[in-house]
Amino acid sequence: MRIKKHPILEFKTGKIVKFTFDGRELEGHEGETIAAALHAAGIRTMRESGHLHRPRGLFCNIGNCSSCLMVVNGEPNVRVCVERLREGMNVETQKGKGELK
Amino acid sequence: MRQIEIAIVGGGPAGLAAALNASKLGAQVILIDRNDYLGGQLIKQTHRFFGSKQQRASERGIDIALELANEVMANEKIEVLTEATALGHYEDGVLLVEQAGKIMAIKPERFIVATGGAEKTLLFPNNDLPGVYGAGAVQTLVNVFGVKPGKRVLMVGAGNIGVIVSYQLLQAGVEVAAIIEGAPRIGAYWVHAAKVVRAGVPIYTRHTILRAEGEGEVKGAVIAQLDDNWQPIPGTEREIEADVICLSVGLTPLTELLWQAGCQMTFVPELGGNVPFRNEQLETSVPGLYVAGDVSGIEEASAAMMEGALAGINAAASLGYTSDTLTADRQNVLDQLAGLRSGPVGEKIRKGLAQCSL
Ligand SMILES: Cc1cc2nc3c(=O)[nH]c(=O)nc-3n(C[C@H](O)[C@H](O)[C@H](O)COP(=O)(O)OP(=O)(O)OC[C@H]3O[C@@H](n4cnc5c(N)ncnc54)[C@H](O)[C@@H]3O)c2cc1C
Ligand code: FES
Repeated sequence: MRIKKHPILEFKTGKIVKFTFDGRELEGHEGETIAAALHAAGIRTMRESGHLHRPRGLFCNIGNCSSCLMVVNGEPNVRVCVERLREGMNVETQKGKGELK
Repeated sequence: MRQIEIAIVGGGPAGLAAALNASKLGAQVILIDRNDYLGGQLIKQTHRFFGSKQQRASERGIDIALELANEVMANEKIEVLTEATALGHYEDGVLLVEQAGKIMAIKPERFIVATGGAEKTLLFPNNDLPGVYGAGAVQTLVNVFGVKPGKRVLMVGAGNIGVIVSYQLLQAGVEVAAIIEGAPRIGAYWVHAAKVVRAGVPIYTRHTILRAEGEGEVKGAVIAQLDDNWQPIPGTEREIEADVICLSVGLTPLTELLWQAGCQMTFVPELGGNVPFRNEQLETSVPGLYVAGDVSGIEEASAAMMEGALAGINAAASLGYTSDTLTADRQNVLDQLAGLRSGPVGEKIRKGLAQCSL
């Protein structure tokens, strides 16, 4: 959900790029974080915890807490709250610790 | 290995002020931040500043951040490393920094840590569900990226940050169901609180959250009234419909580097958690290692800038740099800091600082 009208802020958005989330094609703005693009598409669950398999989302949004780890272009444990979105990125829900392929 | 006179970790208001003041005296500085921008927490603060009368109050945080960052970028004596994370500081004085997958070793003669703070969480069932956020997280999403965290928010904590972020959510077109606060009184300045109350948001003092509800994601919360011993009063539970629970229950200093460097630390609740012992120069128990800003105790941005200035001046002066106005400049910063921390507003901070002075 994007903010359409704001009384004091203007949002400079990058050009529209396509990326995939668990195989689904989505659009976002280049240069925003992956987490922001996912939230704009209404997606708030980023990974599944290792032991109890509980869903996890964003908590700190500044790269500090590791709540938002996802698999990006095959690489696990990417903090999507600070990783910038680029054209063609392949973003996947991470299960547990993730594996290096 | 890189040799440098002063290395500063953290490019928030404290680190920026430290870099500018140290370089002004003539020192060569490396400024390291893990973000891909400078400014720290300030870049999401779109409101006119609360706090201190003399120090840029009523300017917007984001404007102050941009101004300081531009000044730093234009300064030839300051080398800026962004997307660079400081990993550790070792007995031989070597600082390890990771940038773009590579590790670099830097040996600074003086080291200033200005890593800021991290938001605290609260213990309640389901506090790990997607939809439970720190207030700063929501502020970043809304003010920096223009994206909503959800439709309807329960704000937990009525300090300045909780109330201001609530107001910013309203500006962004997000509904705020209520603000709850455990204490009998709100902590925020009344001018800010009045704005959200006028907009129809109820503030329930002496209330806490018992649990978040929802499978997979937050769908609501159960809140209850507290008695004078902070225990929930049976029968007062009530459900709040909300898809976002925003926690604004304070920050805690990000002190990993200080522990690892061997600084003498102590737990001071008034300053947000574990903090380093420091002298009036802001030097810790490790000689040559200075601290500034939220990492030395959670305060606010004006204090962070003042502390940064002080640490920058002192680190450079200890290397032999001086100027005609050095003593006066240092005294001026100390006076401003004392001013910020005077009166009833500064009482908590003064009490905290008394417990960690060297
Ligand atoms: C939601 C919110 C609203 C606020 N509103 C106000 C307000 O209205 N008025 C006010 O005065 N104050 C306000 N504050 C407080 C103010 O933002 C902080 O006090 C101030 O930013 C602290 O400055 P700092 O430089 O110490 O830390 P920060 O601004 O947190 O900067 C620390 C920097 O260090 C970097 N860093 C941390 N660890 C490492 C590492 N290992 N390697 C490299 N870099 C690292 C971080 O990326 C960050 O950029 C608010 C804070 C929050 C969270
Ligand atoms: S949400 Fe905390 S690291 Fe990303």
